[in-house]
Amino acid sequence: MTNTESAENEGLLVRRIRNGTVIDHIDGGEALNVVKILGITGTTQESLSIATNVPSRDMGRKDIVKLANRELSKEEVDRIALISPRATINIIRNFKVCEKKGVETPSLIEGLVRCPNPGCISNTNEPILSKFRVTPKGLHCCYCDWVIAKDVPGHII
Amino acid sequence: MIDSITGGELPTRHIISIGDFDRNEIDRLLDHAGQIDNKNYDENALRGKILAALFFEPSTRTRMSFESAMARLGGTSLSVGSIEACSMAKGETLADTIRVVSGYADAIVIRHPKEGAARLAAEFSTVPVINAGDGAGQHPSQTLLDLYTIRQSMPIDGIDIALIGDLRYGRTAHSLAFALSLYNARLHTISPKGLELPATLAAELAGRGMEIIEHDDIGEVISEVDALYMTRIQRERFPDSASYFNVSSNYRITPELLARAKRHLIILHPLPRVDEIDPRVDESSHARYFEQSRNGVPVRMAMLMQVLQ
Repeated sequence: MTNTESAENEGLLVRRIRNGTVIDHIDGGEALNVVKILGITGTTQESLSIATNVPSRDMGRKDIVKLANRELSKEEVDRIALISPRATINIIRNFKVCEKKGVETPSLIEGLVRCPNPGCISNTNEPILSKFRVTPKGLHCCYCDWVIAKDVPGHII
Repeated sequence: MIDSITGGELPTRHIISIGDFDRNEIDRLLDHAGQIDNKNYDENALRGKILAALFFEPSTRTRMSFESAMARLGGTSLSVGSIEACSMAKGETLADTIRVVSGYADAIVIRHPKEGAARLAAEFSTVPVINAGDGAGQHPSQTLLDLYTIRQSMPIDGIDIALIGDLRYGRTAHSLAFALSLYNARLHTISPKGLELPATLAAELAGRGMEIIEHDDIGEVISEVDALYMTRIQRERFPDSASYFNVSSNYRITPELLARAKRHLIILHPLPRVDEIDPRVDESSHARYFEQSRNGVPVRMAMLMQVLQ
Protein backbone atom coordinates (compact mmCIF):
# COMPACT_ATOMS: atom_id res chain seq x y z
CA MET A 1 0.00 0.00 0.00
CA THR A 2 1.38 3.44 -0.83
CA ASN A 3 1.57 6.20 1.70
CA THR A 4 -1.20 8.07 -0.11
CA GLU A 5 -3.55 5.08 -0.05
CA SER A 6 -2.75 4.54 3.59
CA ALA A 7 -3.62 8.12 4.36
CA GLU A 8 -6.93 7.83 2.51
CA ASN A 9 -7.80 4.62 4.31
CA GLU A 10 -7.11 6.21 7.66
CA GLY A 11 -9.24 9.14 6.67
CA LEU A 12 -6.69 11.89 7.20
CA LEU A 13 -8.30 15.28 6.95
CA VAL A 14 -5.13 17.18 6.23
CA ARG A 15 -2.08 16.41 4.14
CA ARG A 16 0.99 14.79 5.54
CA ILE A 17 3.92 17.07 6.10
CA ARG A 18 7.45 16.48 4.82
CA ASN A 19 9.21 18.08 7.79
CA GLY A 20 7.94 19.53 11.01
CA THR A 21 5.89 18.53 14.05
CA VAL A 22 2.57 16.74 14.41
CA ILE A 23 0.86 17.28 17.75
CA ASP A 24 -1.62 14.45 18.16
CA HIS A 25 -4.07 13.40 20.86
CA ILE A 26 -4.89 16.95 21.83
CA ASP A 27 -8.06 17.02 23.95
CA GLY A 28 -11.02 17.71 21.67
CA GLY A 29 -11.57 21.44 21.19
CA GLU A 30 -8.17 22.51 22.55
CA ALA A 31 -6.27 22.80 19.24
CA LEU A 32 -6.65 26.55 18.99
CA ASN A 33 -5.39 26.93 22.54
CA VAL A 34 -2.40 24.75 21.69
CA VAL A 35 -1.65 27.05 18.78
CA LYS A 36 -2.00 30.04 21.09
CA ILE A 37 0.29 28.60 23.74
CA LEU A 38 2.93 28.04 21.06
CA GLY A 39 2.77 31.71 20.18
CA ILE A 40 1.51 31.08 16.66
CA THR A 41 -0.64 33.90 15.33
CA GLY A 42 -1.82 35.04 11.93
CA THR A 43 1.32 37.12 11.56
CA THR A 44 3.83 34.33 12.17
CA GLN A 45 5.29 32.33 9.27
CA GLU A 46 4.38 28.73 10.08
CA SER A 47 2.45 26.55 7.66
CA LEU A 48 -0.22 25.14 9.91
CA SER A 49 -2.98 22.55 9.60
CA ILE A 50 -5.54 21.93 12.28
CA ALA A 51 -8.06 19.13 12.60
CA THR A 52 -10.60 19.35 15.37
CA ASN A 53 -12.98 16.82 16.87
CA VAL A 54 -11.53 13.92 14.94
CA PRO A 55 -12.97 10.58 16.11
CA SER A 56 -10.51 8.77 18.35
CA ARG A 57 -10.72 5.24 19.66
CA ASP A 58 -9.05 6.13 22.95
CA MET A 59 -10.23 9.66 23.49
CA GLY A 60 -13.66 9.81 21.86
CA ARG A 61 -12.62 12.89 19.94
CA LYS A 62 -9.31 14.60 19.59
CA ASP A 63 -7.62 17.47 17.83
CA ILE A 64 -4.48 17.37 15.72
CA VAL A 65 -2.12 20.21 14.84
CA LYS A 66 0.44 19.85 12.05
CA LEU A 67 3.22 22.36 11.92
CA ALA A 68 5.34 22.26 8.77
CA ASN A 69 9.04 23.07 8.80
CA ARG A 70 9.26 23.65 12.51
CA GLU A 71 10.45 21.23 15.15
CA LEU A 72 9.21 22.16 18.57
CA SER A 73 11.71 22.41 21.41
CA LYS A 74 11.18 20.51 24.65
CA GLU A 75 10.21 23.71 26.46
CA GLU A 76 7.55 24.44 23.82
CA VAL A 77 6.29 20.88 23.91
CA ASP A 78 5.94 20.91 27.67
CA ARG A 79 3.83 24.06 27.57
CA ILE A 80 1.21 21.99 25.76
CA ALA A 81 0.90 19.79 28.83
CA LEU A 82 -0.70 22.71 30.66
CA ILE A 83 -3.82 22.43 28.51
CA SER A 84 -3.66 18.95 27.06
CA PRO A 85 -1.55 16.56 29.12
CA ARG A 86 -2.34 13.53 26.91
CA ALA A 87 -0.96 15.13 23.75
CA THR A 88 1.77 13.32 21.84
CA ILE A 89 4.44 14.91 19.71
CA ASN A 90 5.76 13.44 16.47
CA ILE A 91 8.80 15.03 14.89
CA ILE A 92 8.65 14.44 11.14
CA ARG A 93 11.66 14.41 8.86
CA ASN A 94 11.21 13.53 5.19
CA PHE A 95 7.68 12.18 5.85
CA LYS A 96 8.95 9.83 8.55
CA VAL A 97 8.28 9.98 12.24
CA CYS A 98 11.78 10.40 13.66
CA GLU A 99 10.85 11.10 17.23
CA LYS A 100 7.70 10.37 19.18
CA LYS A 101 7.24 11.70 22.68
CA GLY A 102 4.63 12.65 25.22
CA VAL A 103 4.41 15.97 26.91
CA GLU A 104 5.68 16.47 30.43
CA THR A 105 4.11 19.01 32.72
CA PRO A 106 6.83 21.56 33.52
CA SER A 107 7.41 22.39 37.18
CA LEU A 108 7.96 26.08 36.47
CA ILE A 109 6.78 28.28 33.61
CA GLU A 110 8.31 31.67 32.99
CA GLY A 111 7.11 34.50 30.80
CA LEU A 112 4.18 32.56 29.35
CA VAL A 113 1.21 33.46 31.52
CA ARG A 114 0.24 36.82 32.99
CA CYS A 115 -0.70 36.93 36.67
CA PRO A 116 -4.38 37.91 36.97
CA ASN A 117 -3.68 39.78 40.22
CA PRO A 118 -3.48 43.47 39.27
CA GLY A 119 -1.54 44.12 42.48
CA CYS A 120 1.20 41.61 41.62
CA ILE A 121 4.71 42.99 41.16
CA SER A 122 5.03 40.92 37.96
CA ASN A 123 2.45 43.23 36.32
CA THR A 124 4.67 46.29 36.65
CA ASN A 125 7.65 47.60 34.68
CA GLU A 126 10.12 45.53 36.69
CA PRO A 127 12.72 43.62 34.61
CA ILE A 128 11.29 40.18 35.38
CA LEU A 129 9.30 37.47 33.64
CA SER A 130 6.14 36.14 35.23
CA LYS A 131 6.89 32.91 37.12
CA PHE A 132 4.40 30.20 37.99
CA ARG A 133 4.89 26.89 39.77
CA VAL A 134 2.73 24.17 38.29
CA THR A 135 0.79 22.53 41.13
CA PRO A 136 -2.13 20.07 41.23
CA LYS A 137 -4.41 23.03 42.05
CA GLY A 138 -3.26 25.14 39.12
CA LEU A 139 -0.57 27.66 38.32
CA HIS A 140 0.82 29.30 41.46
CA CYS A 141 2.35 32.76 41.01
CA CYS A 142 5.82 32.67 42.55
CA TYR A 143 5.59 36.35 43.40
CA CYS A 144 2.14 36.98 44.86
CA ASP A 145 0.87 33.38 45.49
CA TRP A 146 -2.22 33.90 43.27
CA VAL A 147 -3.44 30.59 41.83
CA ILE A 148 -4.81 30.27 38.30
CA ALA A 149 -7.07 27.28 38.71
CA LYS A 150 -8.84 27.40 35.34
CA ASP A 151 -8.69 28.94 31.89
CA VAL A 152 -4.92 28.87 31.57
CA PRO A 153 -5.10 29.75 27.83
CA GLY A 154 -7.02 32.91 28.75
CA HIS A 155 -3.99 34.12 30.73
CA ILE A 156 -1.34 33.50 28.10
CA ILE A 157 0.67 36.62 27.40
CA MET B 1 14.93 27.68 54.29
CA ILE B 2 13.34 26.69 50.98
CA ASP B 3 13.11 28.96 47.95
CA SER B 4 9.50 28.78 46.74
CA ILE B 5 10.62 29.41 43.15
CA THR B 6 13.44 26.93 42.71
CA GLY B 7 12.41 24.52 45.45
CA GLY B 8 16.04 24.50 46.57
CA GLU B 9 17.76 25.95 49.60
CA LEU B 10 17.84 29.73 49.56
CA PRO B 11 21.48 30.74 49.10
CA THR B 12 20.95 33.93 51.10
CA ARG B 13 18.79 33.80 54.19
CA HIS B 14 15.77 35.85 53.23
CA ILE B 15 12.52 35.96 55.22
CA ILE B 16 9.76 36.54 52.69
CA SER B 17 6.72 34.49 53.65
CA ILE B 18 5.57 32.55 56.68
CA GLY B 19 4.91 29.77 54.16
CA ASP B 20 8.66 29.37 53.73
CA PHE B 21 8.94 28.23 57.36
CA ASP B 22 8.17 24.80 58.70
CA ARG B 23 6.85 24.27 62.22
CA ASN B 24 10.29 23.56 63.69
CA GLU B 25 11.79 26.70 62.19
CA ILE B 26 9.00 28.82 63.66
CA ASP B 27 9.33 27.21 67.08
CA ARG B 28 13.10 27.68 67.09
CA LEU B 29 12.76 31.34 66.18
CA LEU B 30 10.13 31.90 68.88
CA ASP B 31 12.33 30.11 71.43
CA HIS B 32 15.16 32.44 70.49
CA ALA B 33 12.88 35.48 70.84
CA GLY B 34 11.98 34.20 74.32
CA GLN B 35 15.66 34.07 75.30
CA ILE B 36 16.12 37.59 74.00
CA ASP B 37 13.07 38.71 75.97
CA ASN B 38 14.76 37.34 79.09
CA LYS B 39 17.76 39.57 78.33
CA ASN B 40 19.79 36.54 77.39
CA TYR B 41 21.55 37.92 74.32
CA ASP B 42 24.76 39.60 73.21
CA GLU B 43 24.20 43.34 72.91
CA ASN B 44 26.97 43.52 70.32
CA ALA B 45 25.77 40.56 68.27
CA LEU B 46 25.25 42.75 65.19
CA ARG B 47 27.87 45.39 65.90
CA GLY B 48 29.11 46.86 62.62
CA LYS B 49 26.10 45.56 60.68
CA ILE B 50 23.81 47.91 58.79
CA LEU B 51 20.10 47.39 58.10
CA ALA B 52 18.50 49.31 55.21
CA ALA B 53 14.83 50.06 55.90
CA LEU B 54 13.02 50.51 52.59
CA PHE B 55 9.46 51.47 53.41
CA PHE B 56 7.46 52.41 50.33
CA GLU B 57 4.29 52.52 52.41
CA PRO B 58 3.62 54.19 55.75
CA SER B 59 4.64 52.24 58.85
CA THR B 60 5.08 53.12 62.49
CA ARG B 61 5.33 49.94 64.53
CA THR B 62 7.05 47.68 62.04
CA ARG B 63 9.67 50.21 61.01
CA MET B 64 10.43 51.48 64.51
CA SER B 65 10.57 48.01 66.02
CA PHE B 66 13.00 46.80 63.32
CA GLU B 67 15.17 49.85 63.96
CA SER B 68 14.92 49.33 67.71
CA ALA B 69 15.78 45.63 67.30
CA MET B 70 18.84 46.50 65.23
CA ALA B 71 19.98 49.11 67.74
CA ARG B 72 19.57 46.73 70.69
CA LEU B 73 21.90 44.27 68.96
CA GLY B 74 24.55 46.91 68.37
CA GLY B 75 23.79 47.48 64.67
CA THR B 76 22.65 50.56 62.83
CA SER B 77 19.83 51.34 60.39
CA LEU B 78 19.64 53.39 57.22
CA SER B 79 16.46 54.64 55.66
CA VAL B 80 15.23 57.05 53.03
CA GLY B 81 13.44 60.00 54.53
CA SER B 82 10.20 59.73 52.62
CA ILE B 83 8.75 57.88 49.67
CA GLU B 84 8.76 61.11 47.64
CA ALA B 85 12.47 61.60 48.34
CA CYS B 86 13.61 58.24 47.02
CA SER B 87 14.71 57.36 43.52
CA MET B 88 11.63 55.24 42.84
CA ALA B 89 9.69 58.50 42.74
CA LYS B 90 11.89 59.30 39.73
CA GLY B 91 10.81 56.09 38.00
CA GLU B 92 13.58 53.72 39.09
CA THR B 93 12.54 50.08 39.18
CA LEU B 94 12.48 48.25 42.48
CA ALA B 95 15.02 45.83 41.02
CA ASP B 96 17.53 48.65 40.48
CA THR B 97 16.85 50.18 43.89
CA ILE B 98 17.52 46.83 45.53
CA ARG B 99 20.74 46.25 43.57
CA VAL B 100 21.99 49.66 44.68
CA VAL B 101 20.92 49.37 48.32
CA SER B 102 22.48 45.88 48.55
CA GLY B 103 25.79 47.66 48.26
CA TYR B 104 25.09 49.95 51.20
CA ALA B 105 23.76 47.54 53.82
CA ASP B 106 24.10 44.03 55.23
CA ALA B 107 20.36 43.35 55.16
CA ILE B 108 17.24 44.99 53.74
CA VAL B 109 13.83 45.20 55.33
CA ILE B 110 11.19 46.18 52.81
CA ARG B 111 7.53 47.21 52.80
CA HIS B 112 5.98 47.80 49.40
CA PRO B 113 2.43 48.23 48.04
CA LYS B 114 2.79 45.51 45.39
CA GLU B 115 2.31 41.85 46.23
CA GLY B 116 5.43 39.82 45.57
CA ALA B 117 7.72 42.86 45.86
CA ALA B 118 9.80 41.25 48.61
CA ARG B 119 10.20 38.08 46.55
CA LEU B 120 11.44 40.20 43.66
CA ALA B 121 13.77 42.07 46.02
CA ALA B 122 15.23 38.76 47.18
CA GLU B 123 15.99 37.84 43.55
CA PHE B 124 18.00 41.00 42.98
CA SER B 125 19.58 41.47 46.40
CA THR B 126 23.03 40.24 47.36
CA VAL B 127 22.15 40.60 51.05
CA PRO B 128 19.28 39.07 53.09
CA VAL B 129 15.82 40.57 52.55
CA ILE B 130 13.11 40.62 55.20
CA ASN B 131 9.54 41.24 54.06
CA ALA B 132 7.79 43.82 56.22
CA GLY B 133 4.55 43.66 54.23
CA ASP B 134 3.89 43.52 50.49
CA GLY B 135 0.46 44.81 49.52
CA ALA B 136 -2.26 42.42 50.59
CA GLY B 137 0.35 39.66 50.61
CA GLN B 138 2.70 38.54 53.34
CA HIS B 139 3.89 40.06 56.60
CA PRO B 140 5.91 37.28 58.26
CA SER B 141 7.40 39.31 61.12
CA GLN B 142 3.88 40.27 62.25
CA THR B 143 2.81 36.62 62.14
CA LEU B 144 5.81 35.53 64.18
CA LEU B 145 5.13 38.13 66.85
CA ASP B 146 1.43 37.19 66.86
CA LEU B 147 2.38 33.55 67.47
CA TYR B 148 4.89 34.62 70.10
CA THR B 149 2.19 36.60 71.93
CA ILE B 150 -0.23 33.66 71.88
CA ARG B 151 2.50 31.37 73.15
CA GLN B 152 3.17 33.67 76.10
CA SER B 153 -0.34 32.89 77.35
CA MET B 154 -1.03 29.34 76.21
CA PRO B 155 0.34 26.55 74.01
CA ILE B 156 -0.61 27.33 70.40
CA ASP B 157 -1.49 23.73 69.58
CA GLY B 158 -5.18 23.11 69.12
CA ILE B 159 -6.45 26.55 70.15
CA ASP B 160 -9.78 27.95 69.02
CA ILE B 161 -9.12 31.38 67.55
CA ALA B 162 -11.52 33.88 66.01
CA LEU B 163 -10.34 36.15 63.21
CA ILE B 164 -12.54 39.21 63.11
CA GLY B 165 -12.88 42.14 60.72
CA ASP B 166 -11.45 42.60 57.23
CA LEU B 167 -10.31 39.09 56.39
CA ARG B 168 -10.24 39.70 52.65
CA TYR B 169 -7.54 42.34 52.45
CA GLY B 170 -5.94 41.91 55.87
CA ARG B 171 -2.52 40.40 55.21
CA THR B 172 -1.83 39.83 58.91
CA ALA B 173 -4.92 37.62 59.20
CA HIS B 174 -3.93 35.62 56.09
CA SER B 175 -0.40 34.95 57.29
CA LEU B 176 -1.52 34.11 60.80
CA ALA B 177 -4.21 31.72 59.58
CA PHE B 178 -1.63 29.98 57.42
CA ALA B 179 0.82 29.64 60.31
CA LEU B 180 -1.88 28.40 62.68
CA SER B 181 -2.61 25.57 60.28
CA LEU B 182 0.76 24.16 61.41
CA TYR B 183 -0.56 24.05 64.99
CA ASN B 184 -3.91 22.30 64.41
CA ALA B 185 -5.77 25.42 65.49
CA ARG B 186 -9.50 25.72 64.81
CA LEU B 187 -10.36 28.91 62.99
CA HIS B 188 -13.57 30.89 63.51
CA THR B 189 -14.11 33.73 61.06
CA ILE B 190 -16.39 36.73 61.51
CA SER B 191 -16.32 39.38 58.80
CA PRO B 192 -18.63 41.76 56.95
CA LYS B 193 -20.12 40.62 53.66
CA GLY B 194 -17.58 41.09 50.91
CA LEU B 195 -14.63 41.08 53.32
CA GLU B 196 -14.60 37.33 54.02
CA LEU B 197 -11.47 35.19 53.96
CA PRO B 198 -10.58 34.69 50.27
CA ALA B 199 -11.99 31.40 48.98
CA THR B 200 -8.59 30.30 47.64
CA LEU B 201 -6.98 30.75 51.05
CA ALA B 202 -9.88 29.05 52.83
CA ALA B 203 -9.56 26.10 50.45
CA GLU B 204 -5.80 25.92 50.97
CA LEU B 205 -6.20 25.99 54.76
CA ALA B 206 -8.88 23.31 54.58
CA GLY B 207 -6.53 21.27 52.40
CA ARG B 208 -3.96 21.53 55.19
CA GLY B 209 -6.48 19.98 57.55
CA MET B 210 -7.65 23.17 59.24
CA GLU B 211 -11.23 23.41 60.47
CA ILE B 212 -12.75 26.77 59.55
CA ILE B 213 -16.13 27.84 60.92
CA GLU B 214 -17.86 30.99 59.69
CA HIS B 215 -20.03 32.98 62.09
CA ASP B 216 -22.35 35.92 61.67
CA ASP B 217 -21.41 37.78 64.82
CA ILE B 218 -18.87 37.75 67.61
CA GLY B 219 -21.48 36.87 70.23
CA GLU B 220 -21.81 33.39 68.68
CA VAL B 221 -18.24 32.44 69.53
CA ILE B 222 -17.16 34.65 72.40
CA SER B 223 -17.65 31.90 74.98
CA GLU B 224 -15.90 29.23 72.86
CA VAL B 225 -12.62 30.75 71.77
CA ASP B 226 -9.21 31.05 73.40
CA ALA B 227 -8.08 34.02 71.35
CA LEU B 228 -9.65 36.85 69.38
CA TYR B 229 -7.62 38.36 66.55
CA MET B 230 -9.12 41.71 65.61
CA THR B 231 -8.30 43.53 62.40
CA ARG B 232 -9.24 47.02 61.36
CA ILE B 233 -12.07 47.45 58.89
CA GLN B 234 -10.96 50.20 56.56
CA ARG B 235 -13.39 52.95 55.74
CA GLU B 236 -12.31 53.03 52.10
CA ARG B 237 -13.73 49.54 51.56
CA PHE B 238 -17.25 50.96 51.82
CA PRO B 239 -19.14 53.22 49.43
CA ASP B 240 -20.02 55.79 52.10
CA SER B 241 -19.46 56.63 55.76
CA ALA B 242 -22.95 55.57 56.81
CA SER B 243 -22.53 52.00 55.57
CA TYR B 244 -19.05 51.87 57.13
CA PHE B 245 -20.33 52.92 60.57
CA ASN B 246 -23.28 50.59 60.24
CA VAL B 247 -21.00 47.60 59.63
CA SER B 248 -18.09 48.51 61.90
CA SER B 249 -20.33 48.89 64.95
CA ASN B 250 -21.14 45.17 64.64
CA TYR B 251 -17.46 44.23 64.81
CA ARG B 252 -16.55 45.83 68.09
CA ILE B 253 -15.21 44.31 71.30
CA THR B 254 -16.70 45.73 74.48
CA PRO B 255 -16.44 44.81 78.18
CA GLU B 256 -20.10 43.75 78.04
CA LEU B 257 -19.34 41.26 75.26
CA LEU B 258 -16.35 39.93 77.19
CA ALA B 259 -18.50 39.09 80.22
CA ARG B 260 -19.25 35.73 78.54
CA ALA B 261 -15.66 35.02 77.51
CA LYS B 262 -13.38 32.29 78.87
CA ARG B 263 -11.19 33.61 81.67
CA HIS B 264 -8.01 32.92 79.75
CA LEU B 265 -9.22 34.50 76.49
CA ILE B 266 -6.66 36.85 74.94
CA ILE B 267 -7.35 39.66 72.49
CA LEU B 268 -4.80 40.46 69.81
CA HIS B 269 -4.74 43.27 67.27
CA PRO B 270 -1.91 44.18 64.88
CA LEU B 271 -2.75 47.86 65.49
CA PRO B 272 -3.50 50.61 64.71
CA ARG B 273 -7.03 50.22 66.00
CA VAL B 274 -9.80 52.69 65.37
CA ASP B 275 -13.14 51.76 66.94
CA GLU B 276 -13.00 47.98 66.89
CA ILE B 277 -11.85 47.63 70.50
CA ASP B 278 -13.52 49.73 73.17
CA PRO B 279 -10.77 51.56 75.14
CA ARG B 280 -12.34 50.20 78.34
CA VAL B 281 -11.11 46.76 77.25
CA ASP B 282 -7.49 47.95 77.51
CA GLU B 283 -7.52 47.48 81.28
CA SER B 284 -9.03 43.99 81.18
CA SER B 285 -7.00 40.83 81.73
CA HIS B 286 -7.84 39.79 78.17
CA ALA B 287 -6.08 42.65 76.38
CA ARG B 288 -2.74 41.66 74.85
CA TYR B 289 -2.41 44.04 71.90
CA PHE B 290 0.04 46.49 73.45
CA GLU B 291 2.17 43.63 74.72
CA GLN B 292 1.88 42.13 71.25
CA SER B 293 3.21 45.35 69.76
CA ARG B 294 6.08 45.37 72.25
CA ASN B 295 6.87 41.76 71.34
CA GLY B 296 7.77 43.04 67.89
CA VAL B 297 11.21 43.96 69.19
CA PRO B 298 12.47 40.60 70.57
CA VAL B 299 10.90 38.69 67.66
CA ARG B 300 12.52 41.01 65.11
CA MET B 301 15.81 40.79 66.99
CA ALA B 302 15.64 37.01 66.58
CA MET B 303 14.83 37.44 62.87
CA LEU B 304 17.72 39.85 62.32
CA MET B 305 20.12 37.50 64.08
CA GLN B 306 18.88 34.63 61.95
CA VAL B 307 19.60 36.38 58.67
CA LEU B 308 22.72 38.31 59.68
CA GLN B 309 24.71 35.83 61.75
